[in-house]
Amino acid sequence: MKARVHVTLKNGVLDPQGKAIQHALTALGFAGVEDVRQGKFIELELVEADEAKARAAVEEMCKKLLANTVIENYAIDLVR
Amino acid sequence: MRSAVVVFPASNCDRDMMVALEKITGRPPLKVWHGDASFPEVDLIALPGGFSFGDYLRAGAMAARSPVMREVIERAKKGVAVMGICNGFQVLTEAGLLPGALMRNAALKFVCRDVHLKVEGSQSAFTNRYAQGQVIRIPIAHHDGNYFADADTLDRLENEGRVVFRYCDEAGNATAEANPNGSQRNIAGILNERGNVLGLMPHPERLIEPTLGGADGRMFFESLMEALH
Repeated sequence: MKARVHVTLKNGVLDPQGKAIQHALTALGFAGVEDVRQGKFIELELVEADEAKARAAVEEMCKKLLANTVIENYAIDLVR
Repeated sequence: MRSAVVVFPASNCDRDMMVALEKITGRPPLKVWHGDASFPEVDLIALPGGFSFGDYLRAGAMAARSPVMREVIERAKKGVAVMGICNGFQVLTEAGLLPGALMRNAALKFVCRDVHLKVEGSQSAFTNRYAQGQVIRIPIAHHDGNYFADADTLDRLENEGRVVFRYCDEAGNATAEANPNGSQRNIAGILNERGNVLGLMPHPERLIEPTLGGADGRMFFESLMEALH
């Protein structure tokens, strides 16, 4: 089973890189981009076949390493 | 005073730290490798600057989960003095020994220059030789030094006197212009609740004698000698 993890900055945490991307997009002529938030995408190949167990394991991985929960949120998608 | 300097892959200020500690304490520090799960008893553990594990995932994230850090966390909880300079500060926040996080500099650039710092807490083991409110000049060299914590945590740090170093101008004013990286409330260095763990982005070990361009970092190490000898 594959797990796809999106790590994003929490609301209220400034994202200077997102801001720089927004400015660059505006400079390139893409109008109407109100905000940009940059995050990370992590793909994991898991041996576990049980969905509940896989989710619980990836949840632990996110809390312990993949995300810094002081500043980041995470979302987990499991793909067969 | 017995000290140890922890070395991670891609630490690069470990030697400067070893030299500063040896010169000022008169005893060569132990060098401890990140894979060592145990090491002899010491009075001070220093986590040096650098780019441990290439800053992969987040600055300090990998180092904070290395075998040696389990031991460092244990000892910090027992009251042993632990200091993290630059990348070491990032490792301490990632390890949960200090609150908050160090994010990408607000201007997105690596900043390498001298800054002025105001010593706001001169009672700690790391600062007792400085005068309260003293303005010192110390170099910074980092890409991820933008201190972030939620408002409650920041208020708590302030109320408990745990913000010990703040970026300021030459006259000691913590202005936005004097903030090199966007850190909230110009925070450059903080203590844990017990006062035995310090994280600091600037590098006192780089200015310990006039030959190096200044000696404002020297009293940092002399403070430790005073507190821990």
